[in-house]
Amino acid sequence: MGKPSDLVQGTLDLLILKTISLEPKHGWAIAKRIQQISREVLQVQQGSLYPALHRLEQRGWIKAKWKESETGRKAKFYSLTASGRAQLEKEAENWNRLSTAINLVVETS
Amino acid sequence: MDWARRVWMRMRSLLRARENTRQLDDEVQFHLEQQIAENVAAGMSREEARHAALRVFGNPDVVKEETQDTWGWIRLEQAVRDLRNGARSLWRTPWFALAAVFVMALGIGATTAMFTVVRSVLLEPLPYKEPNRLLRLYEYFDERFKLNASAPAVFAEWKKQNSHLLDLAIFSFRTEYNLSETGGQLPEKVPGAECSASLFTTFAVQPAIGRTFTTEEDQPSANGTVVLSWGLWKRRFGGDASILGQTIRLDAKPYTVIGIMPAWFAYPEQNAQLWTPIYHEESADDMQALDNHSFGAVGRLKPGATGAEAKAELSVITKRLHDEHKDNPFVSKGADTRPLLEDVVGDVKTPLYVLLAATGCFLLIACLNVASLLVARAATRRRELAIRTALGGSRWRLLAEHLTESFVLAAASGVTGLLLAYAVVQWFVTARPDVSRVEGIRIDGWVAAFAAGLVFLCALFAGMLSMLSDSDLQVLSALQESSRSHSAGQARVGLRKWLLSLEVGLTVVLLIGAGLLLKSYQQLRSTDLGCITDDVLTMHFSLPDAAYKQSAGRVNFYETLLQRVRALPGVDAATFTRMVPGEGYGGDSGFAIVEHPPLPQGQYNLGVVRWVDPGYFAALGIPLVRGQTFAANQRLDKADEVIVSEELVRQYFPGEDPMGKHLLTIGRSFRVVGVAGDTRYLAAQAPRPMMYFPLYTAVYGSVPNSGTLAVRSSGDVTKLALPVQRIVQQLDPDLPVSDVLTMEQIIGRSTLSASFDAMLLLAFAALSLVLAATGLFGVLSYVATQRTAEIGVRIALGAQRSEVLRLMVWDGLRPAGTGLLLGLAGSVVVTRVIRDLLYGVKPLDVSVFIVVTVLLLTVTGVACALPALRASRLDPVQALRNE
Repeated sequence: MGKPSDLVQGTLDLLILKTISLEPKHGWAIAKRIQQISREVLQVQQGSLYPALHRLEQRGWIKAKWKESETGRKAKFYSLTASGRAQLEKEAENWNRLSTAINLVVETS
Repeated sequence: MDWARRVWMRMRSLLRARENTRQLDDEVQFHLEQQIAENVAAGMSREEARHAALRVFGNPDVVKEETQDTWGWIRLEQAVRDLRNGARSLWRTPWFALAAVFVMALGIGATTAMFTVVRSVLLEPLPYKEPNRLLRLYEYFDERFKLNASAPAVFAEWKKQNSHLLDLAIFSFRTEYNLSETGGQLPEKVPGAECSASLFTTFAVQPAIGRTFTTEEDQPSANGTVVLSWGLWKRRFGGDASILGQTIRLDAKPYTVIGIMPAWFAYPEQNAQLWTPIYHEESADDMQALDNHSFGAVGRLKPGATGAEAKAELSVITKRLHDEHKDNPFVSKGADTRPLLEDVVGDVKTPLYVLLAATGCFLLIACLNVASLLVARAATRRRELAIRTALGGSRWRLLAEHLTESFVLAAASGVTGLLLAYAVVQWFVTARPDVSRVEGIRIDGWVAAFAAGLVFLCALFAGMLSMLSDSDLQVLSALQESSRSHSAGQARVGLRKWLLSLEVGLTVVLLIGAGLLLKSYQQLRSTDLGCITDDVLTMHFSLPDAAYKQSAGRVNFYETLLQRVRALPGVDAATFTRMVPGEGYGGDSGFAIVEHPPLPQGQYNLGVVRWVDPGYFAALGIPLVRGQTFAANQRLDKADEVIVSEELVRQYFPGEDPMGKHLLTIGRSFRVVGVAGDTRYLAAQAPRPMMYFPLYTAVYGSVPNSGTLAVRSSGDVTKLALPVQRIVQQLDPDLPVSDVLTMEQIIGRSTLSASFDAMLLLAFAALSLVLAATGLFGVLSYVATQRTAEIGVRIALGAQRSEVLRLMVWDGLRPAGTGLLLGLAGSVVVTRVIRDLLYGVKPLDVSVFIVVTVLLLTVTGVACALPALRASRLDPVQALRNE
C-alpha cells in the first residue's frame, strides 16, 4: 500500500511538482492533469496522491491555499514554493539523466 | 534551515490537529464531488457516479489516515499515549504507585543530597587562582607526628633554599583577638590569623580594598597593621571605606587597618575575620625556634613542578637542619606536602564518600524493590498482554508501555526526590557546621542533571528488569497457563528471587556498616574521659596583654574570679585551666628528668602541658593517686611543683617512685608532688603523658593569659551561665566570654561526625531492611496465591500442614540465605574502607556480624512465615473451588 504500483517510485513527486509549476491546482485537478497530459497512460492512485501532497507540503516544497474553484466551491490549491522550484529542477534533471540512460541501454541491446 | 521549517510545520500540525483533520475531510470531499460531477457529466446517474468515484478513490478513511501519517510526530503522539496509558494504569493502583514513588524518591533524594554535598565539599576546586598548585607543607617528625606543624626556623630555611615553590607562607592556627574601643561598640572576641606577608602572594589574592602587608610591616619593630575580612568590615564597620588608615584596638593594642579582603577569602579557618602580620605578633625568639611546632605553612608550586618534588626538596632541607642540631631531639627529620584541598577536606572525605555509597546502595535496593513490584504486576497482567499480542498488538508497543510505566514512576520520584534533596541539604548544612566548606553547598544545574540521570537510570533499570521477565512471552502458554495455574510463572518468580537475594545482600552490607559505626560511636561516647563530665559548665576567655601585662594582675583576676564564682549559690566547685579534658591537645613540651642520666642523642621525653589552679583535680573529680595538689605558695617565680599523670609515670618512671623527682622543662626545674589519674584530651584519643603546672606559674616570665573556666553544680548547671558571666563583667566590663558549653556539649562536638555518620547509616540500613522484608513478603505472598491450587491438592491428598508451612518458609528463606551469604562476603571487603572511621572496633567485629545475621534471619523469617502460615491454613475445598 501507499506506493504507486504503476509509477516508478519517487516520480509522483516530480509529476506533482511539474503539474503545479505553471499555476496553482487542487488535488483533483492535479490527478486529472497528469492523466490528460500522459494521454491516459499515467493513472494517479488517489490513495497515494493526498499523502504525497501533504508530505511535499510538510517538506516545504509546495504550499497550499484555500481558494474558490471553478465550480464556486472552496478548494485547497497547491502551488510551488521557491525551494520547491529548485527541487523540481533537480528532480527533472535526475529524471532526464535516468531516462536517457535507460533509453541507451534499451536501444543498444 | 530545512529541518527548522519541518519542525515548525510539524509543531503547527500538532497544535492544529483538529483543524487540519477538518480541512483534510473537506479536501477529500471536494475531490469526490469533482469526480462525481465529472461522472454525471459523462452520463451516469447520480448514484452510479458516486459509486464510480469511490471505486477509483478507494476507502476515503484509509487515504485520510495515510495522509495524516505524513504530518509526522506520530511517534511523539504514541509516546504521549503510552505515557497517558502508563499514568492511567498506575492511577488504577494508587497504593502501588505511591509506595513505589515514595521508596524511589527517598533513594533519589538521599543520593542527590549526598552528591550535592560531596560535589560542593570534595570536588569543587578551591576558589583561589590555579588552586591545584597550592600545597600545604608539613614537617615529618616521626611515625606518630607524620603531618606535623611547622617550626618557624625550619620554615625560614624552606623559604630560603627551596627551588620548586613560587612562594610560601607561614601562619598561626587559631588566634582570637579582643576587638574593642571602636565607636563605643561592645568588645568582642574575633577569630583571626597571624600570617606572613607572603600569604596573600602565595594565594595570589588581591585585597578588595586597600593593600596587604609589606615585608617591612611583617617585623617585630613595625607598627601594628591589620587586614579585615569582608564580613567583619560590613558587620562591624558598616562597610565604610574610610576605615582604611584608621586605628582599631586588638587586645587593647593599636592596629592600623590597611586592607579589606574579598568576601570569598577565608584562610586558614573558615571563620577567620582578620589577619595580622605574624612576625610582628610573635616574639622574635619564638620565630627563630627550630622546635616550636605550632604553625602552618602553605606554598604555591612553580609551573611544571610537582608536589612530590617539593616534598623531596623540603625533606632534604629539613634533614640537613636535623643533622646540624643533633643535640635538639625536637627538630624534625623530614617534610611532607599535600594538595591544599586535601588538607581542607581531609577529615570529612571518607565519611562523606561512605555516606554517598550508602545512599547509592539504598537507591539500588529501592530500584530492585520497585523492579520486583513491576515484575509482579507484569506477571498478573500476563494474560492481558498475551491477549493483546494475540489480537495483533505490536510487541514493541507493549514493551514500550512497560518502560513508560517505570519512567512515569521514576519521573514522579525524581521530582519528589529533588524536593527532598533540597530539604536534606538545608538540614545537613545546619546539622554539620563542623564540615569544612559547608557554606558552599548548594543545589545547581549539575545536581539537577545528576538527579535527572538517576531518574533515567532507575527507570531503565526497573523497566528493563521487569521487561526481561517478560521477554519469554509465549502467547499460547500464557493463555493456557493462566486458565489453570498450577505452578505458574516459575521463571518470573525465579528472577524475583534473584533480585531479592541481591537486595538482602546489599541490606546486610549496610546493616553491618551501620552496626560497626554505631558500636564505635557508643564506644566513643562511653569512653571515660577520666573526670566528671555531668553538670559541668565551661566558658573561655583570654586576658588582653595590654590591660593584664603584669603576671600579678592576671593572678589577681583569676583568684578573684574563682573566689566569687565559688561563692555563687548552686556552685559546687569551680576551677580554671588552659583546657578541660575532651577539649583538645593544647600543646606539649619536652622534658628531662634531673635524677636520670642524660638521654641518648635523638631521644626525647614528651608530655602534654596543662596549667591548672590548685582546685582543678577536686573540681573535676580527677583522682590524685599519690601526693596532693599544689601548695598555696605556688605562685609566680616561686612555683616549682608539678603533678604528672599515671601514663607519664608508666612511660618515663617505670618501676620507680616519681615523687620528689625533678622535671627540667619550660626553662625551669619542677618537683613532682603528685600523680593524677589519666584524662583524655579528646574522647577518641588514648591518654598521653601529661604534666600539670600551677596556673600561677610565671612561665617564660608571665602567667598564662587565657583558658577555660569550669563550674560544677549539683543542679542544672546551665542556669549558672548568666550569673557567672555577670561576675566576669563586674571584674572587667571589656572582657568577652566565648564558647559557653557544658562538658557534654564539648564531647558531643568532638564526636559529632561519628554520631552523624552512625545515625545516618543506621537509618538507611533500617529502611533497606524494611524494603527487603516487604520485598520478600510480596514475592512469597504472590507465590502462595499462585500455588493455591497446588497446595489445595496437596492438602486434599493428605499433606501435613506443617509440611506445607516448611515448604513455603524454605522457599522464601532460600533467597534470603543466599543474600545473607553474599552480604557477609561483601562486608568483609567493604568494611575495610571504613576502618579509619572506627574507634575501638575492628572492621570484622564478630558481635556485629552475628547480631546482623540474627536480625536479618528474624525479620526475613517473619516476612516469610506470614504468607506461609496463610498457605498452610488453606481450606482445600475452598482452594480447589476457586479455580
